[in-house]
Amino acid sequence: MPSRAIEIENLTKDYPFGFLHLKKKRSLEGLTMQVESGEVFGFLGPNGAGKSTTIKLLVGLIFPDLGTARILGKPITDIEMHRDIGYLPEQPYFYDYLTAAEMLDYFARFHDLTASDRHERVARMLEKVGLETARKIQLRKYSKGMLQRVGLAQAILHHPQVVILDEPMSGLDPIGRREVRDIILELKREGRTVLFSTHILSDAEMLCDRVGVIVGGKLRGVGAPGEMVRMTAQGMEILFELPRNGSSAAAVLAKATKTGDRYRLQVSEQELYGALELLRGVGATILSVAQIKASLEEYFMNLIEADRAQATAVEVSGK
Amino acid sequence: MKPANSKKWLLLVLLPLGFAGVWGLQQRIDIQRGALHQERDEMVLRSGQLIKAMSLEYAPLMADIYWTRVVQYYGDKHARHDPNFDLLWPLLDLTTTLDPNLLVAYRFGSTFLSEPSPRGAGHPELGIALLMRGIQANPDYWRFYEDLGFIYYFELKDYAKASAAFAEGSKHPDSQIWMKVMAAKIAAEGESLSTSLFLWNEVYQTTKDPEVKENAMSHLQLLRAEQDCKQLDALADEFQKRTGRRPARVDELVEAKLLPRLTVDPLGFPYVFGPDGKAVVNIDSPLLEQQLLQQKSK
Amino acid sequence: MRRAGAVALNTFREAVRDRVLYNLVFFALLMMLAAVFIGGISIGIEELVIKSLGLSAISVIGLLIAVFIGVGLVYKEIDKRTLYALLAKPVRRWEFLLGKFGGLVLTLAVNTLAMAAGLFAALFYVKHNLERTDAVLLIAIYFILLKLTLVVALAILFSCYSTPLLAILFTSALYIAGLFVEEMRTFQFNTANPAMEALLRGLSYLLPNFENFNVMAAAAHGREIPGALVLQNTAYAALYSVIVLLVAAAVFSRRNLK
Repeated sequence: MPSRAIEIENLTKDYPFGFLHLKKKRSLEGLTMQVESGEVFGFLGPNGAGKSTTIKLLVGLIFPDLGTARILGKPITDIEMHRDIGYLPEQPYFYDYLTAAEMLDYFARFHDLTASDRHERVARMLEKVGLETARKIQLRKYSKGMLQRVGLAQAILHHPQVVILDEPMSGLDPIGRREVRDIILELKREGRTVLFSTHILSDAEMLCDRVGVIVGGKLRGVGAPGEMVRMTAQGMEILFELPRNGSSAAAVLAKATKTGDRYRLQVSEQELYGALELLRGVGATILSVAQIKASLEEYFMNLIEADRAQATAVEVSGK
Repeated sequence: MKPANSKKWLLLVLLPLGFAGVWGLQQRIDIQRGALHQERDEMVLRSGQLIKAMSLEYAPLMADIYWTRVVQYYGDKHARHDPNFDLLWPLLDLTTTLDPNLLVAYRFGSTFLSEPSPRGAGHPELGIALLMRGIQANPDYWRFYEDLGFIYYFELKDYAKASAAFAEGSKHPDSQIWMKVMAAKIAAEGESLSTSLFLWNEVYQTTKDPEVKENAMSHLQLLRAEQDCKQLDALADEFQKRTGRRPARVDELVEAKLLPRLTVDPLGFPYVFGPDGKAVVNIDSPLLEQQLLQQKSK
Repeated sequence: MRRAGAVALNTFREAVRDRVLYNLVFFALLMMLAAVFIGGISIGIEELVIKSLGLSAISVIGLLIAVFIGVGLVYKEIDKRTLYALLAKPVRRWEFLLGKFGGLVLTLAVNTLAMAAGLFAALFYVKHNLERTDAVLLIAIYFILLKLTLVVALAILFSCYSTPLLAILFTSALYIAGLFVEEMRTFQFNTANPAMEALLRGLSYLLPNFENFNVMAAAAHGREIPGALVLQNTAYAALYSVIVLLVAAAVFSRRNLK
């Protein structure tokens, strides 16, 4: 099995728009990227950045203007490649007149399974995603979370090597998100490769071995989530309470923010022990001391800002 | 991009082949369906009033559509030499009910309803009924009287009524002078060659319809032939007076300087003298067949 | 091919669960009833009226189903995005189209059969027995089905790249044109332009000729229909449908799905 599950080279996609479709908007430019076998890869980016476009190109819903891609060594133009991939579309909608069991059975028919195999797989999948009890209910009655789960089921029922999920956690409540995360982790344990796109950064941080950040149609960086942001902590945060009758350390309190009975104080690493001593001196109860990390979100926002600035500059310069 | 290209070539080859197949099949189907001999307008609903009600405000449009049907129907039957014109009257009935002001329908209808087989349906009384309806709906259109007189004169040989029709039509301010003349002439003489010639010529000159024009031309040719033969007979009598015998060939009339040159019928065939000494149309001329058909229907 | 069959069965299942279909079929059966009633008041030609109206009803209802559902076949799947998950499977786009086509044709066949049963029931009610000559009605109904097959193919073609409204317009326009194609062929052209005449005549052969399938008059009168015509019409419908579907497949294969 090739070590690279997904290889993308110079993938480019233009969208025609405007009157008579004469103008073109480049929604994806020169994407070159690899996803290793067995890893969970997060595709990060704001809305409209090109994540869905990339995924649709991989899956064959749209066709590239430039560039190629291979999944498990087979080009994306090869229909046989689809045997080894599972795909969950963004905001999935399925045939609302079918029940979950019927829908899974229908999709299962497109894979080479015997009838008994098919029945068995469908049953197992329904169990796996927790829809056993709802199997006979028509999909039109399903909640968003349930639809997402049945969508996952159809994506993995044929045990594909590579699973591609487009915004699998969008619109889900925390329970739903947790369930999807669990399934992704289970897939990873089974040794499968998972590529999913999201704009929820905490999910990416939690699940992914690596992330690729895409903004404005261009890939901005690839790496482990921790690498992507400056690991240098921006200081420490002390959470504390003050005794009712204690003397207030005015200097300290001036810098702290108060919420109810609790205070938060941000200090640099060097100042930390000094501050703690001070608080001990006034009899404060220290509740917690934590590192303030620059988050992916900040990294993100910086990128977008830079992008926008550049776009404006381009506009102004008239290029 | 290779698979896409080969698909394109495949399509470019298959499509013309496919359409060639379609063409071939269509021709075979046409033959089969021709043999099936269907009436295109099997009119289950013969009630013009009903169809008119159903057409709402589109009745004149429906009339036009049915009118094209009439023309198709007649042309089709005529081309196939099919003498069965059963549907002509119902179709015309329907058309004129839907649009009582469709003048051309009345004129066309009156001609081909009245003409004897194989040219028409052979029902002059239907032609008259149609014209009466036309006159009622379009009292200012004097030409209907011309058509009426026509039918009475040619088909029904009722010269009194024919004259009356022409007279009535001549009362209209738009009508042409000859209507009055015709009225008088027919009242006086009944049928005459000159009258017939004139009437058919009038139709030939004024009609825009190709079928009607062709029909008129055909009639004119027959009348000319008749006229020519009469003249040749007169000349033959003269010849007999001079020489004591009937001429055997028309050339002899030319030799005897009774005729400036050899006379030919409107289709270009020279006349000959029959066994009884009367001038007749050449056996080679298609006009002969027409004549026989006309005589048969009389 | 198995995959196309899966799509076909699913399409059939969708149609069956779609209430609109039942309304249409119910309406058709109502028409049969009406035909019996009307037949009752036009003395002497009851049988003729029932057969004519019955066949007309089957044709019209069938056309409505073929056009309106046919046009939605591909569009709905794209609009509702049900197609997205499907195309990620190892199934080719043309197999999908073929399945849609087959599913709707199957639906139409079942509907037509149901309405035919209604027609024969109405006939039996009026005549109290059925003769051999009534069997020709079956051929007329079969021809209607052939015609509907071709209409479905056209509806699918147009729904592959335009919105439903436009697709309905195009399909209907082509159907109406197809009814007059025969006239175009026998029309006495008065144009002075022989090139134009040749073009129009050529077009009259290439456009789908739906009049081929019209044997309602003969069937209503119980006249026999030659077996050769049955074969030829079947071949015509099959060949033309294949051509249309090939073009549809070509168009659809390169379509970017938003």
